[in-house]
Amino acid sequence: MGSYIPSTLKQQEEMLKEAGFSSLDDLYRDVPEDLKLRNALDLPEGLSELETAKRLRRLAAENKVYDSVFRGAGAYKHYIPAIVKSVVSKEEFVTAYTPYQAEISQGVLQSIFEYQTMICELTGMDVANASVYDGAVAAAEAISMCRSPKKKKVFVSGAVHPDTLKVIRTYCWAAGEEVCVLPVRDGKTDLSGLDNEGTCLYVQQPNYYGVIEDLKAISETAHGEGLTVIAGVEPFAMCLLETPAECGVDIAVGEGQPLGMPLSFGGPYLGFMAATAKLMRKLPGRIVGETEDAEGRRAFVLTLQAREQHIRREKASSNICSNEALCALTASVYLAAMGPEGMKEAALQCYSKAHYLAEGLEKAGLRRRYEADFFNEFVTDCDDPEALLAKLDEKGILGGLPVDNGILWCATEINSKEEMDALIREVAA
Amino acid sequence: MKTLFERSVAGRHCSILPACDVPLKTPDHVRTAPLRLPELSETDISRHYTELAKQTFGVNDGFYPLGSCTMKYNPKINEEAASLAGFTEVHPSQDHVQGCLEVLATAEKYLCEITGMNAMTFQPAAGAHGELTGLMLIKRYHELRGDSARNKIIVPDSAHGTNPASSAMCGFTVVNIPSAEDGCVDLDKLREACGEDTAGLMLTNPNTLGIFDKHIREITDIVHEAGGLCYYDGANLNAVMGIARPGDMGFDCIHLNLHKSFSTPHGGGGPGSGPVGCKSFLEAYLPGEKIVFADGRYQLAERGEESIGAVRSFHGNFLVVVKAFTYLLTLGREGVPKVAQNAVLNANYLKHLLEGTYEVTNKGVCMHEFVLTLEREKKETGVSAMDIAKALQDYGMHPPTMYFPLNVHEALMVEPTETESKETLDAAAAAFLDIYEKAKADPEAMHHTPLHSPIGRPDEVKAARHPVLRYHFDD
Repeated sequence: MGSYIPSTLKQQEEMLKEAGFSSLDDLYRDVPEDLKLRNALDLPEGLSELETAKRLRRLAAENKVYDSVFRGAGAYKHYIPAIVKSVVSKEEFVTAYTPYQAEISQGVLQSIFEYQTMICELTGMDVANASVYDGAVAAAEAISMCRSPKKKKVFVSGAVHPDTLKVIRTYCWAAGEEVCVLPVRDGKTDLSGLDNEGTCLYVQQPNYYGVIEDLKAISETAHGEGLTVIAGVEPFAMCLLETPAECGVDIAVGEGQPLGMPLSFGGPYLGFMAATAKLMRKLPGRIVGETEDAEGRRAFVLTLQAREQHIRREKASSNICSNEALCALTASVYLAAMGPEGMKEAALQCYSKAHYLAEGLEKAGLRRRYEADFFNEFVTDCDDPEALLAKLDEKGILGGLPVDNGILWCATEINSKEEMDALIREVAA
Repeated sequence: MKTLFERSVAGRHCSILPACDVPLKTPDHVRTAPLRLPELSETDISRHYTELAKQTFGVNDGFYPLGSCTMKYNPKINEEAASLAGFTEVHPSQDHVQGCLEVLATAEKYLCEITGMNAMTFQPAAGAHGELTGLMLIKRYHELRGDSARNKIIVPDSAHGTNPASSAMCGFTVVNIPSAEDGCVDLDKLREACGEDTAGLMLTNPNTLGIFDKHIREITDIVHEAGGLCYYDGANLNAVMGIARPGDMGFDCIHLNLHKSFSTPHGGGGPGSGPVGCKSFLEAYLPGEKIVFADGRYQLAERGEESIGAVRSFHGNFLVVVKAFTYLLTLGREGVPKVAQNAVLNANYLKHLLEGTYEVTNKGVCMHEFVLTLEREKKETGVSAMDIAKALQDYGMHPPTMYFPLNVHEALMVEPTETESKETLDAAAAAFLDIYEKAKADPEAMHHTPLHSPIGRPDEVKAARHPVLRYHFDD
């Protein structure tokens, strides 16, 4: 049994005596007897480190790790440079709390400031926050930013990730807002149902089916109805396609997992949020700003805290406190290692490889479902997705995700031509 | 120090990717905006972050008695377990994940046993996220009973700011009730606040003053009799785990902070994990998928239509759960109460060493933390809680939580945790006492602390008035 308690039994007795207690039980003299557990917890006996390590290794081995992955659908496998893991394993970053004491937290504060800058660069937006839990929550929080006492309707594209839609529905239900889901036509969001009675529109770029939406036209139409435009964007696509800012978007959010975070069965991931300067004071959560100390030295601090729960309590812009700081650091190190040319190259490779794969699969008999151009994901028809995926599984290939009698495929820079050719051969066979 | 952008040299880069092995293609409408990411070598990056790390104080750097945050040591075996490829390289929607599901199912079982709950979701990614989720369960419960007038959540004035903020996000009106003289819930005020519009009560026990509320059964009974439900904020569970259970105190749902009580690191502000547990009658409302064991294997199953839906994608911060699960395996049935007892022992020992000099709000036994008030010193000499906190930095320790809870003036909230030794506590006490002497001798000098940190106190007013929230390029 381990407990990481450094005090020896002798020391514990000394401390008890010194502080005026007769025993460890005596420390709980304020707890009513009938509330105290009479029997030991129904847990197994504690293990030594050696036994624990073995148990965890055995559990990890019960999960399948695929040689090639062609599935995205909200979680993307990219190559993670070695420097990323090395930096984010530094104990100072790993074990610090939220940087409340700026004088001894400049490192973590500066890293967040740099992260905010990079998110602004990716999206073209004016300001970014220090992160939220994931892309789906970022979408829901962005919708909360638009809340109005008069209007209670929120428009959401039907071509967003189903988990994101679920989270939006849950948050809006709690806040008493109605979610109006727009239909999808030919793989793209159909805006004909928009009206001026809502607060905002949430769309995803590229959308759940991988299709590149006409984001500029969408923004214009939605602005025409007086709606705030929120786009859930994919970070690599942002390096290749027109930015949310260029498209006139008001709030850009997204899932930052592709920026250096492994798949990890769904988390920890990273929700990024960026907005126009006008919406700065409505952003939820931590924001780091630059200032100086009394001697004029550059200093970074948590700022605009009048928005936050510990000051404003029930009037805060959000309840968020802990966010995903270490994941934001991961994204920063990843972006620094890739650099502008590396990111553009990776984005171009994602796009090119997905198109190569789509062509190959088409020749192998899987017809692409939508004509519209796509980024690194696309849907094909498939008569029996389960059978095909099971066949691929046997070869160590994780195929795409079954969706609406078809398959949603994904390719990134990590998938080599050789791997894709092998997949195409299996599909054709 | 310089930012990444100021270190950037045009044309410099790391070599990460091979050339593309398929024909290159470009879409219509490409980005024309510049992409000003830094251009750096791996050496530049490595040194930059090493320097930043040196300017960051973590639990590994020294004593970190940040009240309410349970900054205990983060065991290395947890990190090693969470970095196994069998966990990190698993897609959230793939099959063949028996190991992942067993971790989640077993962690659920253990944490339910510790808290006296019947079911749990791991979707919430942090404590505040858990609060929101728990409140949604309460909202759903009343909604499905057609009890739609219940729109008020009662929150004591000593509560964490997240409690009222979460209530508001969930569409509730917050009823703040003042604490009694002793810092506990004022039963009369609670009775007055309860009524047909009461949806529930949010409470942490022990409370933020480090006091175990003896009347807890009475409190939960009052709320239940009025038709409301009781929510347990698990921020302070470290004091009582293995000793007493929120479920037995009458709470209907709870959240835990795995990044507090269960030793997973805070990462400079996350990722955390805020699982929400509940009694059986609320289980159907939990978000996300549930894990069932059938036909000899673990399976993910949809929850029914009564579920609130989802509060996050997939299964939450899974790797954080792996770390907490590793910790639970290590502790086992004897370890869990040992942790609580030693957390409480350390707090009482340090409190004892300080209370002859500093004024402690809690005169009796404290739980895992205690609160000092510098109200008198502030009035008499101008030395504030902030001054003492900043001075502590020069002694190689992280300051306690400042100015919380809000019902104590000039508060410093001290939570040593069980993973600190007697020597560390003795040294911390000596630092506190030394500072007190210095403050008496020269109060003015205290306003200029810390003296040995990379920067002095930053100008926060300037930061808020003229926000500079990103690096601005010269062009």
